[in-house]
Amino acid sequence: MDELKEVMITTDEIRTDEYLINMGPQHPSTHGVLRLLVQLEGEIVHNVQPHIGYIHSGIEKMTESLSYPQIGHLTDRMDYLSAHQNNEAVALCVENALQIEVPDRVKYIRTIMSELSRLASHQLWWCVMGMDMGALTTFFYGLRDREDILDIFEETCGARLTVNYSIPGGLMFDIHPNFQRDVKAFITKFRTKLPEYDRLLSGNVIFTERTKGVGFLSKEDAIAYGVTGPTARASGFACDLRKHRPYSAYDKVNFNEVLSDVGDTYARYQVRMQEMWESMNIIEQLIDNIPEGDYAVKMKGVVKLPEGEFYQRVETARGEFGVFIVSDGKKNPYRVKFRSPGFSNLFTINHIAKGWKIADLVAIMSTFDLVIPDIDR
Amino acid sequence: MAFNIYDFTTLTKSIHEGLSSQLSPTATLAIEWTIVGLAYLLFVALFGLFLVYAERKVCAAFQQRMGPMRVGPWGLLQTIADFIKLLMKELITPRDADKFLYNLAPFIVIIVSFLVISVIPFAPGLSTFDFDIGIFFVTAVSSVGVIGILLAGWSSNNKYSLIGAMRSGAQIVSYELSVGLSLITMIILAETMQISGIVEGQREMWFIFKGHIPAVIAFLVFIIAGTAETNRGPFDLAEAESELTAGFHTEYSGIKFAFFFLAEYINLFIVAAMATTVFLGGWMPLHFGDFEGFNQIMDLIPGLFWFFFKVLGVIFLMMWFKWTFPRLRVDQILNLEWKYLLPINLFNILLMAAVVLFGLHF
Repeated sequence: MDELKEVMITTDEIRTDEYLINMGPQHPSTHGVLRLLVQLEGEIVHNVQPHIGYIHSGIEKMTESLSYPQIGHLTDRMDYLSAHQNNEAVALCVENALQIEVPDRVKYIRTIMSELSRLASHQLWWCVMGMDMGALTTFFYGLRDREDILDIFEETCGARLTVNYSIPGGLMFDIHPNFQRDVKAFITKFRTKLPEYDRLLSGNVIFTERTKGVGFLSKEDAIAYGVTGPTARASGFACDLRKHRPYSAYDKVNFNEVLSDVGDTYARYQVRMQEMWESMNIIEQLIDNIPEGDYAVKMKGVVKLPEGEFYQRVETARGEFGVFIVSDGKKNPYRVKFRSPGFSNLFTINHIAKGWKIADLVAIMSTFDLVIPDIDR
Repeated sequence: MAFNIYDFTTLTKSIHEGLSSQLSPTATLAIEWTIVGLAYLLFVALFGLFLVYAERKVCAAFQQRMGPMRVGPWGLLQTIADFIKLLMKELITPRDADKFLYNLAPFIVIIVSFLVISVIPFAPGLSTFDFDIGIFFVTAVSSVGVIGILLAGWSSNNKYSLIGAMRSGAQIVSYELSVGLSLITMIILAETMQISGIVEGQREMWFIFKGHIPAVIAFLVFIIAGTAETNRGPFDLAEAESELTAGFHTEYSGIKFAFFFLAEYINLFIVAAMATTVFLGGWMPLHFGDFEGFNQIMDLIPGLFWFFFKVLGVIFLMMWFKWTFPRLRVDQILNLEWKYLLPINLFNILLMAAVVLFGLHF
């Protein structure tokens, strides 16, 4: 008995120290120059402190010396995977301020382009999610299909990533004559390719073991932290602006807001997978019904907004993107503030990842679908 | 010099007789050792390069790519170019590293791999050591490799390396049990631990067929545990790129990194070769009981081809795992071993013992 006591005392005296590691600014799973200061005890995460500022480009300040049509060009460079939606947000904000009604043709094309870029963004997210979990083949499956969308973008507006297609007053150019044919061909093809994604990753027993029941975010916490987008919808927070504050042609289509009330890593994964199906539904409803008409309204050479404050938000692939313009009636804005979805989503990481393992931290971070220039404008 | 592709003993015997007729026994032995050593070095270097190339092409096929295509025809010279690049790179030693252990670690890893390879019979008459405890030697020596990995992680003085090394230590020590126990299962059937005896015992029928259910279970367990032993995906936690950048070899560069890299591929070969030798008949051709014509045609294919055909098949299977599955988490990897593979293995040994005792095998 005494011997047992001795053993117990010695095991009590064995103490493990917590230690800090820097994940980033250069690290394969932060997908950019994000630095996470992680406090670990063995493999278990005790505290995560995100540090941003490594890629700060001062876009908000730069806009103060630019005219309104020029602002859109910078928003491409923030969340480069939702470039079109960011352009659209600025365009809608300026149009609302000037009380311009754009033709239906513009609304339809903007909606289709929005959904195409949502698809492209979710595809890349899926690639990277697989890679973060160690399944390297996913990357090439996703990029293969994303290539088709980028080809459509290139044909439409000349750019593949920073599309710069929506401008205040309408679109930069009209769509290419092949646009409808190509989009329909892509949808038909991708409907057969998306089940492959499920076969490769979603149904894999290792993947489900690693994601189900890991990294919970409750609905209350999601609302409290200002989480939006698929990350919040996986926690049951109905926040899809396309449904609740429809803009462009979203009021003309039927689609489901994908919701889950589980809130774990797997739910966040599934919500995005289902959103890809919904995006394809939306595009299919619109693509054959693009009305004839002008692709832009005639704008004045120098766009001047009336004095006041204007806010417009859109649903990007990552969540709610907001543009807040304070105008003093001149051709440049007085102040512009962008509300980026990634910023609010990122700062829940300490709340979610605490108590899980390093591998879970990587998986959780992956389901936020972070784009660092979006966080660090 | 008599050369017979079906039986290499004629070749080795003629070399031995030729040398000993000219030289003293000591000099003969020295020259023979040198030839054998050089042959192994050459084989490991060439086969290692080939496996790297094969892995790239296999993974490219899974990922709908071409793989290397530019250097040489079909990119055949790509791995050689990479190897030359690795040779010429600067060897970096971190300032606060434990320099002696840091430099020692890659050698431990590679020496262990060379030691294990020495007992594998490639073809009739083409094996170096043939102990009566061959299987025991393999399991004993291969477990020394983990010391190299642990030392590499510890001496690098890098937290990522340390986490990777600790993961690797926990993983390899655990999975050694499964490798050992599944080999023991087959030893019960083979009734010998001598590797040449095990191969000889499969002349009529490979052990995976002879031992039917318990042998198939042991084979599956061996492949899973063997993949874990080699630190390859889905068990590549030790280097887990997305979590630990490169795990235990984060700080290594140039030829020292190449040693770890080469050792990984030699270990891949070793696991495949052990699976071939113990379960799939080694260099023995495929025989079906009474089909005399079929058996004679199979006998025409030399043992060396049979061996490499089977080894490459198993290697392809393990590459398939790596390029399809996501990585496991560290607690799951230990759960899999201690809660599933180990009990299955222990039960399987009893099953095999019963099968052998009551003569239920073919």
